[in-house]
Amino acid sequence: MGLFDRHAGLLEAYRDVRTTGYDPFQIRMERVLSPTEAIINGRKMLLVGTNNYFGLTFDPSCMEAAIEAIRAEGTGTTGSRIANGSYSEHVALEQEIAEFYGKKHCMVFTTGYQANLGLISTLAGEGDQLLIDADSHASIYDACKMTQAEVVRFKHNDPSSLDARLRRLGDRPGNRVVVLEGIYSMLGDSAPLREFIDVCKKYGAYVIVDEAHSLGALGDNGRGLCESTGVIDDCHFIVGTFSKTLGAIGGYCVSDDPDFDILRVTVRSYMFTASLPPSIVASVRQALKVVKAKPELRTQLWSNVSTLYEGLAAKGFKLGPEHGPVVGVHLPDPMTAIGFWRAMLDAGIYVNVAIPPATPNGVSLLRCSVCAVHTKEQLEHMIEVMTGIGRQLGVLDDRTLRVVGGAR
Amino acid sequence: MKHGVTICHFTRDHCFWHKVTAHPRALESVLRTAHQMIVETDGMTDTLERARVSGQSRGEVIREICRHLVPFQTGERPITGDTVIAKDLTIDSLAIMDMVMELEDHFDISIPMNVVAEIHTVDQLADTIQKLCARR
Repeated sequence: MGLFDRHAGLLEAYRDVRTTGYDPFQIRMERVLSPTEAIINGRKMLLVGTNNYFGLTFDPSCMEAAIEAIRAEGTGTTGSRIANGSYSEHVALEQEIAEFYGKKHCMVFTTGYQANLGLISTLAGEGDQLLIDADSHASIYDACKMTQAEVVRFKHNDPSSLDARLRRLGDRPGNRVVVLEGIYSMLGDSAPLREFIDVCKKYGAYVIVDEAHSLGALGDNGRGLCESTGVIDDCHFIVGTFSKTLGAIGGYCVSDDPDFDILRVTVRSYMFTASLPPSIVASVRQALKVVKAKPELRTQLWSNVSTLYEGLAAKGFKLGPEHGPVVGVHLPDPMTAIGFWRAMLDAGIYVNVAIPPATPNGVSLLRCSVCAVHTKEQLEHMIEVMTGIGRQLGVLDDRTLRVVGGAR
Repeated sequence: MKHGVTICHFTRDHCFWHKVTAHPRALESVLRTAHQMIVETDGMTDTLERARVSGQSRGEVIREICRHLVPFQTGERPITGDTVIAKDLTIDSLAIMDMVMELEDHFDISIPMNVVAEIHTVDQLADTIQKLCARR
C-alpha cells in the first residue's frame, strides 16, 4: 500500500471540489488591501470569510506598535521561552490578559491551536475523563488523540447529554474535564454555558472554555461568552486566540489555579516551539487596548451581523440557529456549496465553503464571517448577489421569495 | 394516556411484530419478562431504559446497531457481524462517532473514543456494548 493510498477517498472528493476551476482551500490573496478587501485573481474582492471580526489587522495603532517592536527587538525570538527566555513583552502581555479576565494567571502560546492541543492533552491525563462537545474544533479533537485520558463526546450544545455522560462515570476515580466553545466556528451558534456550568458543578467537573470566536464579540467588555453569561468565575480555564478579533496570531489560557505555572514546564506545545515574535506581541497588546477602548466596534459588529443574518433570512436562506459573527448558510450538498462559492467569487465576494468531513452532521455550508468595519452597503450588496445566485442554482424557492421577501 | 409501540419478538429464524397499545407501566412489566425483544418508535425511551437495565441480549444489540447502519448499506450486501463498519459501508468517521453517541444513550453506557478506535466490525461493537452494559 502506497503512502497516499489511504487518502484515496479524500483525493477524489478534493478533485470534485476543484472542478469549478478554483481550489477553495488554496485561494491566493494577491494583495490584501484592508480588513474587508483584497485582490484575488486580479480583481478586487469583498472579504466576508476571514474571521477579522473587529477589522484590527489594519488598525494604525496596532500596525505602528508592531513596526516599533521590530525596530527595537528584531523579527523573531528564534526559540521557545524555556530555552531562549521570555521577553519582557511576553510577560507584560500575559499580565494584561490575566487582568482583562480578572484571573491570576495567563500563559501565551504561539497559536490558538497549540494552546488547545497542549493544555487539554496535559490537563486531562491518565485515569482522567475528558468530555468534549461533538462539534469541537480540530485542535480539541487533536488534543484528544494526544491525551492519556478517556475521551467521551456529548451532543452538541446539549447539557443533558453531558449530564448523562458524567452521571455514567458514577464514583469512578479520575478528574472530569469538560471542554466547551463560546461560539462554534461553523454555524456561529453559542453554547448554553450557564446550563453547562450547572451540570459541571453538579459532578465536580473542571471546565475549559475556548473563546476563540467570541473574544471581543460577546460580553460587556468583550471577554466572550463567559462574560455575557456571567460565569467567568466558574470557568477554570479560559482559552482564546489572537488570530481573530485581535488581528494577529497566537493563543492564551487564563486561570486562577494556584499551580497553573507548572504548565510552563509540562505543556509540550508551549515548551518545544518558538515563542511569539516581538511584533506580534506588540500588536496584540495594542489590539487588546483597542478592544477595551472602543466598545463601539462590538456594537458595529452586531449591527452588521444583524444586517447580514436578517437580510439572508428574509430572502429565504436557511441559516445557523442564531445571530453570530459567523453566519453559516446551509446548502443542500457539497457540489452546490462549491458552485455557490465559485459564483460568489466570480461576483467579487470571498466567503468560506465548508463541506463534510469538516462540518458537523455532514452539512454543506457557505461560512461568512462578519467584520465590524464592513459597511452596510457592502453587506446589502452581498445579500443581493447571494439572492441572485441562490435563485439561479435553485437553492431559493421562488414562491418563498415572493412571500418572505415581500415587495422588492 | 395510552402509548403505542411496535414490538419485534425474534428467534433465530423468525421475526414476529406486534403492535401494542398500553399504559407505560403495563408495558414495563411486559418488557421485564421478555428478553428477546426490541421496541421501536414512540416517546417512551425512559420507560424502556428502565426496563432494560439488566443485561442486553446479543440479538437486541446487533439489531440496534443495524438500525443505525442500514442507511449506509451498499448494494444488496447484508450487514452481518463481520461487516467492517468503516470499510464495507458508506459511513464516514464522523457519522460513526455520531452513531456511537446514539448507541451510548440507547444503552445508557459511555464508549470512550479510544475504545471506538479499536472497533472495526459490527460484532466487535456489539461485544463492547454488551461488556459495558454488564458492567453497569
